[in-house]
Amino acid sequence: MKCVMTDSRTKLHERKRGPALFAVLAMCCSLASAAEIGQVKVVRGQVDLERNGQTLPAKVGMRLETADVLRTGADGSVGITMADNSLLSAGSNSILSLDRFDYDPTTNQGRFDTQLQKGSLSVISGRMAKQSPDAMTVRTPSAILGVRGTEFVVSAQ
Amino acid sequence: MTRNLARALAIAAFAMLVAGCQTGTVVLLPQKDGTETAVVVKQRDGEVTLRAPYAAAKFSNTGPQAYKSSEDDVAVQFGAALAARPERPVEFTLYFIEGKDELADESKQIVTAVYAEIAKRPVPDVLVVGHTDAVGSDQVNDPLSLRRAEIVRAGLIQSGIASENIVAIGRGKRELFVPTDDGVAHARNRRVVIFVR
Repeated sequence: MKCVMTDSRTKLHERKRGPALFAVLAMCCSLASAAEIGQVKVVRGQVDLERNGQTLPAKVGMRLETADVLRTGADGSVGITMADNSLLSAGSNSILSLDRFDYDPTTNQGRFDTQLQKGSLSVISGRMAKQSPDAMTVRTPSAILGVRGTEFVVSAQ
Repeated sequence: MTRNLARALAIAAFAMLVAGCQTGTVVLLPQKDGTETAVVVKQRDGEVTLRAPYAAAKFSNTGPQAYKSSEDDVAVQFGAALAARPERPVEFTLYFIEGKDELADESKQIVTAVYAEIAKRPVPDVLVVGHTDAVGSDQVNDPLSLRRAEIVRAGLIQSGIASENIVAIGRGKRELFVPTDDGVAHARNRRVVIFVR
């Protein structure tokens, strides 16, 4: 009943799920590819990682890929580091999706877009945001944050 | 009449519900190193730029509303997210002999501190960033900086750090530690920076 609007918006933001076969192929092949964009460093309580339509419990040490979605439960929180030294952590009842992470480590240029669909998030931006002011954005269902190389917290209900 | 009133109230209540749903807040935090920062908050109906520590904005359907938050407010609202922050990357710098991929003597002991930091972390991963000074072209310096980083990476692997946890990159002369004109040799710029995270 509460937050009808937000819920429907959230659904719009969810990624389309590919056929199961594609998901399996993508998972097996990603092991050999350089698709890793970050790593799970902290897990408390219930935290799930959604990848290619599959949900698995998030574990400390797990590598992250573009389009991964992290969900924390009522007692959950999660902390991750990204390849450009960005640090993100989400509190309870949060949905955080890593929509885009294109990073050229030689030039420090690229693009990092995340979305906090709900919950709370702490951000310490990394080398990309330091290099160029438009490289990093955090979206919520109602706002877009442009990150100019900084530390901040954001919530979305 | 009563029915119309009831309908009007229902619509108003729904509008409030919808407005209330698109909420959230953003708070700029103090920088560890005191450098200047900002977050630009954009909504369909407006834009606010946060610049000072604890400058904050509430999201609303009439655009972001600026306000001043505080350390205590942030602790209450964001305590769980802040407590889950990964440890910050720790940075070590090693210096190299001019034009070579060989470590300067002073830097050999720093390697011990790097191992100690790696050992402290539950799931360490290491970023090794090679740099050159401003002598020479990118064509020369990009591979030289990467070679310096690769040598440090190989050293770390040799002493037992898993290879999949170490990434080496070269930045050439793009990020001089001591700003100089192009073509100037400077020992402090011939370096490899190791981030343990």
